Amino acid sequence: MKPPPFAYHAPRDLVAAVRTLAEVGGKVLAGGQSLIPMLNMRLAAPEHLVDINRVAGLDEIEVTPAGVRVGATARHADVEAAGVHPLLTRALKLVAHPVIRNRGTVVGSLVHADPAAELPAVLALLDGRVRLARWDGDGVAVREVPAADFFVGPMESAVEPDEVAVSAFFPALAPGSGFAFEEVSRRHGDYALAGVCAVVTARSAKVACIGVGPVPVVVELGEAWSDWRAAAAVVRAATDPEGDIHASAAYRGHLVGVLAERALREAAREGAAARGA
Amino acid sequence: MEHEITLIVNGVPRRTGVPARRLLSDCLRHDLGLTGTHVGCEHGVCGCCTVLLDGRPVRSCLTFAVTVDGAEITTVEGLADADGGLSAVQRAFAECHGLQCGFCTPGFLCTVTALLRENPAPTEDEVIDGISGNLCRCTGYQNIVKAVHRAAELLAEEA
Repeated sequence: MKPPPFAYHAPRDLVAAVRTLAEVGGKVLAGGQSLIPMLNMRLAAPEHLVDINRVAGLDEIEVTPAGVRVGATARHADVEAAGVHPLLTRALKLVAHPVIRNRGTVVGSLVHADPAAELPAVLALLDGRVRLARWDGDGVAVREVPAADFFVGPMESAVEPDEVAVSAFFPALAPGSGFAFEEVSRRHGDYALAGVCAVVTARSAKVACIGVGPVPVVVELGEAWSDWRAAAAVVRAATDPEGDIHASAAYRGHLVGVLAERALREAAREGAAARGA
Repeated sequence: MEHEITLIVNGVPRRTGVPARRLLSDCLRHDLGLTGTHVGCEHGVCGCCTVLLDGRPVRSCLTFAVTVDGAEITTVEGLADADGGLSAVQRAFAECHGLQCGFCTPGFLCTVTALLRENPAPTEDEVIDGISGNLCRCTGYQNIVKAVHRAAELLAEEA
């Protein structure tokens, strides 16, 4: 099917982008790998599209010891190739197919907020944040929203209609931590039925689960455990999956337990190796 | 409202007017008459419409033509040599019977051309991952995978 008609705006800088959005409303177009399918299937019909692909400087990937800041038009493939954050790189390999990753953006995946998507779980697990910009009448007003407040519900983020997500910040992993991302999908590259992202250090363990709640389900497990199966049971109890045509709620619940144990073991093993323990 | 755009398609600048909602796939097929790019699902699943955008494979059905104004596009029509001789990837697909009905083939050829440019000697797993975004309902993929390895050999021989 073909997308419905819309008025098209292609601002060259951020000021023009947020001013346009403030004036006309509408949707922001970046990589389009979620938005354009929704337009083609007529699930969305915005009157205006503000294409930010030509906005200068939004494709930057900024690396500091504190973490990685990914600009709004940085493609999945570019962030993956940059290899600047091992957990983010791992998660990116699970996002759709390589061809989709050539066009899709990291920030776009966050804003789309699919409860089964990998990148929201990574941002939530790391306590990252998203930078949003809007026109306040005199200039560009910017706010930073922490991951815990950013994911509001299924396909719903904290981005207001007049705001553009300009970048996302993924804090660096602490030295000596191990990580893993385990998921099960029906076909390679599909959204996962369930998935678990884990980070384990000498003194803490934490997971974020996808596909088993309206937003990524983050579970702090505190002190490192010796019995990861017991820890996985805690994770499973914290989730409340729903059933659909792809999998029943019971199966998703079972999966998240199995995947949590697998991810925690792998992250613990890797962390121990990193610490030379 | 029409937008005037210029696409460098297979090395030739092509100027055309398109409405904003024109998908790159439809722009190539309808506005520029290049029907080698096939359109299957129109929501990014099947991979038939894959073309190279500035050298990288992308879904032309998930890209607006107006967004890529000025970009270089390579379609299946641009893979053969200037004298019409098939590229190594095209020859390998023919030799290994990597197609039956041929509907998915333009997408596979573009995807594999880029895959081998980036990774000239892929492992079996890398081939399977590389073509995982392209669906074929005829071949069962075995001969497509063979064709990718054969294309890698041909390219290595020609290098």
